[in-house]
Amino acid sequence: MNYEAVIGLEVHVQVKTNSKVFTRVAAGYGQPPNTLTDPVVLALPGTLPVMNKAALDAIIKAGLMLGCEIAPVCKWDRKNYFYPDSPKNYQISQYDQPICVGGSVEIELPGAARNVMGEHRRVPLARIHLEEDVGKLNHFATESLVDYNRAGTPLMEIVSDPAMHSAEEAYAYLTSLRATMIYGGISDCDMEKGQLRCDANISIRPVGETKLGTKVELKNLNSISFVRDGIAHEIKRQVAVLERGGALVQETRDYDGQAGTSQSLRSKEMAHDYRYFPDPDLMPVKVDDAWKSRIKGECPELPFAKQRRFFETYQLPYTLTSVLVWDRELADYFESAVKIVGTGKAQAVGNWIVNDLLRELGQAHVGVTETKVSPAHLAELVELIDAGAILSSGAKEIFIEMFATSDAPSAIADRKGLRAAATDSGELEQWCRDAIAANAKAVAEFKAGKDSAINALKGPVMKASKGKADPKLVDATLRRLLAS
Amino acid sequence: MATDLFYKTIAELGCLLETKAISSAELTQAVIARTKAVDGKIKAFNSFDEADALAQAGASDRRRAAGDARGILDGIPIGLKDVISAAGQPLTASSRMLANFVSPYDATVTARLKGAGAVIWGRLNCDEFAMGSSTENSAFGPTANPWDFSRVPGGSSGGSSAALAAGEAIATLGSDTGGSIRQPAALCGVLGLKPTYGLVSRYGLIAFASSLDQIGPLTRTAEDAAIMLGAIAGHDPLDSTSFKTDLPDYRAEATTRRGPWRLGIPKEYFGAGLDPEVNAAVEQAIAFYRGHGCEIKEVSLPHTQYCLDTYYIIATAEASSNLARYDGIRYGHRSKDATDALDIYFKSRAEGFGAEVKRRIILGTYVLSSGYYDAFYLRAQKVRTLIRQDFLNAYKEVDALLTPTSPMPAFKIGEKSDPLALYLCDIYTIGVNLAGLPALSVPCGFTGGGLPIGLQLIGRPFDEANLLAMAHTYEQAHGWSRRCPVL
Repeated sequence: MNYEAVIGLEVHVQVKTNSKVFTRVAAGYGQPPNTLTDPVVLALPGTLPVMNKAALDAIIKAGLMLGCEIAPVCKWDRKNYFYPDSPKNYQISQYDQPICVGGSVEIELPGAARNVMGEHRRVPLARIHLEEDVGKLNHFATESLVDYNRAGTPLMEIVSDPAMHSAEEAYAYLTSLRATMIYGGISDCDMEKGQLRCDANISIRPVGETKLGTKVELKNLNSISFVRDGIAHEIKRQVAVLERGGALVQETRDYDGQAGTSQSLRSKEMAHDYRYFPDPDLMPVKVDDAWKSRIKGECPELPFAKQRRFFETYQLPYTLTSVLVWDRELADYFESAVKIVGTGKAQAVGNWIVNDLLRELGQAHVGVTETKVSPAHLAELVELIDAGAILSSGAKEIFIEMFATSDAPSAIADRKGLRAAATDSGELEQWCRDAIAANAKAVAEFKAGKDSAINALKGPVMKASKGKADPKLVDATLRRLLAS
Repeated sequence: MATDLFYKTIAELGCLLETKAISSAELTQAVIARTKAVDGKIKAFNSFDEADALAQAGASDRRRAAGDARGILDGIPIGLKDVISAAGQPLTASSRMLANFVSPYDATVTARLKGAGAVIWGRLNCDEFAMGSSTENSAFGPTANPWDFSRVPGGSSGGSSAALAAGEAIATLGSDTGGSIRQPAALCGVLGLKPTYGLVSRYGLIAFASSLDQIGPLTRTAEDAAIMLGAIAGHDPLDSTSFKTDLPDYRAEATTRRGPWRLGIPKEYFGAGLDPEVNAAVEQAIAFYRGHGCEIKEVSLPHTQYCLDTYYIIATAEASSNLARYDGIRYGHRSKDATDALDIYFKSRAEGFGAEVKRRIILGTYVLSSGYYDAFYLRAQKVRTLIRQDFLNAYKEVDALLTPTSPMPAFKIGEKSDPLALYLCDIYTIGVNLAGLPALSVPCGFTGGGLPIGLQLIGRPFDEANLLAMAHTYEQAHGWSRRCPVL
């Protein structure tokens, strides 16, 4: 029998705020244990939560970016359960009235080849709500220690509809969602730091069946590729169980990404009763239209919208856009340079960024915002090449020097003697005329349609210029003279 | 007796301090000496820190000598119920669970009293986690009523009312979730004010039921209550449920407003179970107000019969969640026998909490459980809205309501062993908490056996100034508030 997988993802994203979600103490990562705490974080007797408005701003922004309805009132509930990483033994969360409802994440499925754009679709969202993160348990041989630094960090839970059908689709969803959150400045989404965490709900059903099968929740998918591998593994496991005549049980399974295996954590019967009820310590907060429109004004263009605009405005090929648009700073860098040189040279700018700048940045382990190559200098380089003012063969050398020194390309060309000679004078044209006059055979062949015959004319010109003529300019000049 | 420093009012002592007739050190010494002399019988205090109090008093005297006195409360010893945090002092909630806990921070009310120069004095006994009406639920033993040591002082703020009645503090703070300031005030012959929900910050108050809890003063007079309220009231950025509102000069309003007011008598508050002597005293108080020119009108609060059920659903639900943090992991009692995390929870909570606290946690857990939430918690919230509406409807016709505070005067320690019988002590006070209204209890007489009786005045939201003025007007014509027990 053929089976179809049905997948929904629950993604937790830590919101990047200065302070924690219900108190003033700083939020952060990598500090000595239990230093990012205060009486509220530790749930000392008598303490009360007070909402951090910046966290609410951030989730409203996330919701607006993803096309969610924003609830008119932000209401808080308590989710009650005992665990040592949870200082109050309840988590402040949003139960029946999430702040964001609906919306969708646009995704791109893998294309036929790397340089071919894949199919786009939208994965509908059920909801996004805000809650507080818990602390971290560290287990040792005879004891366990708790670090509450993470406790109280604002955390968004983004719940998709069960609307994905393959591991690749889930992977594409997570990639797009992650990029969107980073774009909005909502989170750095570093999975190693736990800033983005993912659980998957997976079921399978015979193709054509509309009823959902028995759901298994897969936890501990702590990298984007583990999400893909874990889901693929779970689908296979479920198919195998059904094919040998077994029955699936509703359960939570833990995925071990290193081993590529999963094991049952708990079954449905062991599920918690969280005893949700409205948190009486926190007043509901009204979110009016003025608030929403203020946040709306802060929402950036999303990656796929940017990609469509890059196609239309700059006529960039897919391969360039698919690199440029996923990094907001890189795309901004690109557009700053293009603004100077004009859209006609956009592709040249894009090529320099994707081929050379990213290579150098990668080797130097720095981000685009830290590069010494300003968009204006890159624009200047592209214009110098275009005008034939520097040797195209020397351009790479100039760029590497620009990356190292932050000097202007023209200054580097002068310093290194890489300026193209005879660009404005009549010298180049004269050398070309001489070459044409001296090589009648090649001229005849070229005029008869053998394009490569032109190369025989270039050698003498380069020789006459002592190698300093720009090959592109030589080519163009020869063609012009031969055509007249 | 009223000539003793420790039985004077804040208003009187403020004058004596201002004119330097006495020093705060002398006053504080007098209160300490009195406490040492009588608290063996009263047991109002869970602990006190003599050196700390004298240091505060010394600081107050130095401020005054330098001309930097901070106002009428500067140098006045004020006791705190042991559910209100003071930095560096024990905070036990009268529970084994927190028997060794010292709080590292000040509650907002504590910080404000310190800011006004008050001498923070002692940790006052109460029912464990403020759950009870007699202070018998304290893990550290019951407090005695200064008017009759065999009787309870009321509760849960029984230490706060008894200490004040016995001259062991000049004023105290209590907390009131279902009557826990007003009922012990009535039973000990002092004034107790439960402010409008949201008027006083709850930051630093150990939560029992968050939507009902409110800190308030216990004092000898309405004027003193007005002084205390003026010091502690007002918006606090650390408590989202605290209200942003302009505050009147409570003391000035309380001592100058003379009415007359339109007063409502809710007929549901004078039914079966009301002690005849209490009834008679309240009737006389009503007659006084009528004689003062007040219009007296019978009103109805038709949902009164549902108050007790509604209260015990909402209060226990919130408590079950609020008390989850006492788990033996970060602070508080941890069982020595525990072997793992789950075991720490079970054993520490089994050992740390008393029977009444456990009873309410279990009840609250039950009413919030999946499948029961709608039938209990959600329905109780709807009834709560109706109860509040009853009061607001009454306020279309009257300015305040007049009722007994407690259906009976102080009862014997150990007399009410059935929890339900104790819950009935609160029938006249819990509606006020459910509706979030201000109310106070002012002494209005004594039984033939010499036990104090309290009159309850219930006001409109944020109308504390009128309630205090009504109580002040009553006090001016009666001597009940000046009576002191013989110890």
